[in-house]
Amino acid sequence: MKSSLRKSTLAMLVLAPALAVFFGAMADALSQGEAADEAAMRTEVAAWGLTDLALFTEARYTRHPTQADRHAAFQDHPGALEHFPSGALMPPPPLLREPAGP
Amino acid sequence: MNGFARQRYLLDFTVASLMRRPGRNLSLLLVYTLVVFLLASAMLYSQAIKGKAAALLRDSPEVVVQRMEAGRHALMPVSYLERLGRLRGVAHVEGRLWGYYYDPVVAANYTVMAPDRDGALPGQARIGAGIARVRGLAPGDVLSLRGYDGRPHAFTVAEVLPADSELVSADLLLIAPADFRAFFGLPEDVYTDLALAVTNPAEVRQVARKLAERLPDCRPILREEVLRTYESVFDWREGLLLAVLAGAVCAFLIFAWDKATGLSAEERREIGILRAIGWETGDVLRMKLWEGGLISFTAFCLGYGLAHIHVFHAGAPLFAGVMRGWSVLQPHFALTPQVDALQLTTLFLLSVVPYTVVTLVPVWRAATVDPDSIMR
Repeated sequence: MKSSLRKSTLAMLVLAPALAVFFGAMADALSQGEAADEAAMRTEVAAWGLTDLALFTEARYTRHPTQADRHAAFQDHPGALEHFPSGALMPPPPLLREPAGP
Repeated sequence: MNGFARQRYLLDFTVASLMRRPGRNLSLLLVYTLVVFLLASAMLYSQAIKGKAAALLRDSPEVVVQRMEAGRHALMPVSYLERLGRLRGVAHVEGRLWGYYYDPVVAANYTVMAPDRDGALPGQARIGAGIARVRGLAPGDVLSLRGYDGRPHAFTVAEVLPADSELVSADLLLIAPADFRAFFGLPEDVYTDLALAVTNPAEVRQVARKLAERLPDCRPILREEVLRTYESVFDWREGLLLAVLAGAVCAFLIFAWDKATGLSAEERREIGILRAIGWETGDVLRMKLWEGGLISFTAFCLGYGLAHIHVFHAGAPLFAGVMRGWSVLQPHFALTPQVDALQLTTLFLLSVVPYTVVTLVPVWRAATVDPDSIMR
């Protein structure tokens, strides 16, 4: 049986879900204003005079990259070998890769 | 025939042509979508985390003043507080007490702070959610840490800081100033560094310059430098990621170039026949423009949408390790989706336009040659 659907309609039927995914992403992004957690964090930053994100806590020059004397030749780094940017490329130690306990 | 109907017939023909080689075109669409997905994921993650850092740190101290000794950060005498307070343009100076404590029990570094204005009670501590997690602590528990003199110092956990704010507070240990000095053996007449507020934010650079002249052993760190540092940290990481992805992108470009420029004998014959039955060169080009546009635009929409879901709703499992780094006290946080018109345009121009254009060149060459010679 010959399909009555024109090929151009078929093309639009394929494109429509793709467009829906794209505009769905746009709508999701535009519908979110300042996240609730951001207001709380901004209050803490202002109250305690915080200067850095707690992303890389292994050494002082990674925990507070904006405050560290990074011009010094050698940095002491207790417990870890996190260096910019190698820390981003090296896998974490096995301890951290094990699934968390109950 | 009006323009719309004409384009629709062209599209009919284009889709029929694409469907004659379904395997080849579907695999192209799949690979194309994957490449857009990878590039968009890297760009979206980097943009979101930079936006987050900028939003959070815009209330950090306007200027932090550190004293340097032999090229290293040194403690700040209380007398400097008064000297800086006299500087024209300075609205407020505050001494800050903060440092690090390495906890061998969990092999993690804590950031210990003693905010002056907070009114923290002696013997009590407020801890970040990261510390509470790794040490298994809850309010009311006692946290015992070894001080500078080797003696244990006990702190009762008064509060676990909200998990919502882990991105700035996961490793924080907030204690009273007197406890801080006793724990680290710091005399009363020093601070870790000073935080300045300036009267007129537009003059912050002049104030910093005067400060460096008045106190040559100190270095000012401006808020704009703090923001710039995070911008560059994540730019660097995004660059690393894109450098790794560059191989995949190049492979795709070669694949697409080959697909787009190398017309098969069958395709050349098809163009010849179309020209022979009266199609104009412009019609053939329009048909191929539809073909390239349809594939690349579908791949762009799908790739971008999937990247959005990957980064903002699935926790970006492919890239988070590189972009966030790792640490024992890794904070849990969610990224806020953002739409950046420039970023979107760049991605569109880099992904859709080159492929669409590159498909036209060989077709134009074939379509301008005498149909008879093509079909022979």
